[in-house]
Amino acid sequence: MTKKPWISLSGIGLFAVLLLTVAPLVLSDHWLNNLGKYCCWAIAAVGIGLAWGRGGMLVMGQGVFFALGAYAMAMHLTLETAGDRVPGFMVLYDPLAPLPMFWEPFRSAGFTLAAIVLLPVVVAGILGYALFKRRVKGAYFAILTQALAVALATLISSTIRETGGDTGLSDFKYFFGFVLNDPANRLMVYLIVAALLIVCLLVVWQFYRSRFGELLIATRDAEERVRFLGYDPANVKLVAFVVSALMASIGGAMFVPIVGIITPAEIGAAASILMIAGVALGGRASLFGPALGAIAVGWGQSSLGSTWPDGWTYILGLLFIVVILFLPNGLSSLPARFMRRARPKPPEPPAPAIAAVELEEVRS
Amino acid sequence: MDALIAPLLNGSAQGALLLLAALGLSLTFGQMGVINMAHGEFLMIGAFAAYLVQQVITASNLSIPVALPVAFVVAGLFGLVLEVTIIRRMYRRPLDTLLVTVGVGLILQQAALQIFPSQGVPVEKPRWLDGQLTVLGYNWPLRQLFTILLATACVAALSAWLKYTSFGRRIRATVHNRDLAETSGISTRTIDRLTFFVGSGLAGVAGVAASLIGGTNSQMGAQYIIPAFLVVAAGGIGQLKGTIVAAWAVGVALAFFAYWTTGSLAQVLAFILVIVFLQVRPQGLFTVRTRSLA
Repeated sequence: MTKKPWISLSGIGLFAVLLLTVAPLVLSDHWLNNLGKYCCWAIAAVGIGLAWGRGGMLVMGQGVFFALGAYAMAMHLTLETAGDRVPGFMVLYDPLAPLPMFWEPFRSAGFTLAAIVLLPVVVAGILGYALFKRRVKGAYFAILTQALAVALATLISSTIRETGGDTGLSDFKYFFGFVLNDPANRLMVYLIVAALLIVCLLVVWQFYRSRFGELLIATRDAEERVRFLGYDPANVKLVAFVVSALMASIGGAMFVPIVGIITPAEIGAAASILMIAGVALGGRASLFGPALGAIAVGWGQSSLGSTWPDGWTYILGLLFIVVILFLPNGLSSLPARFMRRARPKPPEPPAPAIAAVELEEVRS
Repeated sequence: MDALIAPLLNGSAQGALLLLAALGLSLTFGQMGVINMAHGEFLMIGAFAAYLVQQVITASNLSIPVALPVAFVVAGLFGLVLEVTIIRRMYRRPLDTLLVTVGVGLILQQAALQIFPSQGVPVEKPRWLDGQLTVLGYNWPLRQLFTILLATACVAALSAWLKYTSFGRRIRATVHNRDLAETSGISTRTIDRLTFFVGSGLAGVAGVAASLIGGTNSQMGAQYIIPAFLVVAAGGIGQLKGTIVAAWAVGVALAFFAYWTTGSLAQVLAFILVIVFLQVRPQGLFTVRTRSLA
């Protein structure tokens, strides 16, 4: 991929044309809105691809950052809908309840947008710095991030007065001054999501072909060697983790105006794992795999998941088993596999992942 | 006094349950470096096995003692099948194993949801667990004491088995140095399978204990897996005593937090506590000193 950058770049261009011009012309309003929802997950998935596929950090709790963006946006939209009054769901429990302190700044659109960007950066920065500097990695890192997602979902569920609890935040009427019911404005929101997805793809494309991208892969495959070469792997991982958190937050923020509701179920352990499923299916380390996989899984979730929920759970479970067992690099590795079968085999380079494991074993 | 005794005793029972759930996890993680996310579902299988035993042996006084070994074997067999079919193929990809077992867990949960009533099944408590014990003025339910005794018995049996039998010696050898164990003529593949059977079986036993305390339904496993793993992480890998102390500490902390705040906030606080603790000691409470760089 790094050899011919224009191939990937024209791929992104094609994708942009499809999402930004073809889809709005072809799809009905309902499906366009659904596609917008999948794009939100795809934005988060692109970040997961960066952190997990390229960086080797299995982020199982991206729901946390998805939630930061989503709830920041949802609080602003709720306040915008409520106007000068206290949001309806709060009045339900106590008619005289004042607005909680932390809601107040979200009245400002500027603060909300800044929070959507800065909150995940700060949280992921602190968390990542603490964990990576202490060399917490592998399964520990994965489970800790998942534990955070569980903890946050539980926290939101239990603070029904402040965050709406399990019913979440919904019934938004305005989006930064635009009436959300208007089809033209819904199209605008969709176009913003699609454009953001393209921007995220461009960002990772630039990352992947930069020296940082090489360093990230080196850290994934042989962290000790990177350390011996004089780099600090913790910093490399930290950058990738923060960027992926930021993308999850942006996806979450756009999820709110598109779907119209955010609940703890959308950010908890199950939701975080669903985000991973798309990335694994598409191909974790590829450029387009995570986004396309997330769109596919999102489509399955909203079509099969509602018409045949039992079967969908089995399919999802089997997807994890089959894809990861037999196709660790996802569907995007299939073309290359067939090409290799058609051509005579070139001598195989030593697999760095195995070497890293061997190094690990020598040490333990 | 009550404010101190009640959370302490309740927390100890909760810790014992966590310990039972974490024992098997610690065993398989310590030996094979494999995180089995379906471990919680094995716990669920144990609980449903207890329910099924009660359908055959209706006298609840007798059925629970029978259910314990049955749950051990049934959950163990599920684990064995998982090891033979999937996990052994992914020996060098521990992180991927974690995700594959997430898929296995999803399927097992859904299967349980369809086989059994979705609201769960009642597991009858034996009459000899109905009573209460008065400890310093606090009426302590006997089934909590039973959980603690069961956990103690399992720990004792496991550590004796690891220490005195030849299988146990081979497991310890494999944990310490897989390659050296292999060169000494130990079939590490057989040992892996055995460890997985025993580890999963312990989850089944934990399931029986859990069914006596909470509800028995398809979701019950999911709520144990994360706390159980945090216990393993905080205790240190391959360290029985670390797991014991960590489980007890997390259980008691949960109970005190719940006493001071609410149940759900307690979980959040306990998670944060463990994460902060791992900052101080990333290798867990007790560690085998190695010259490893990690």
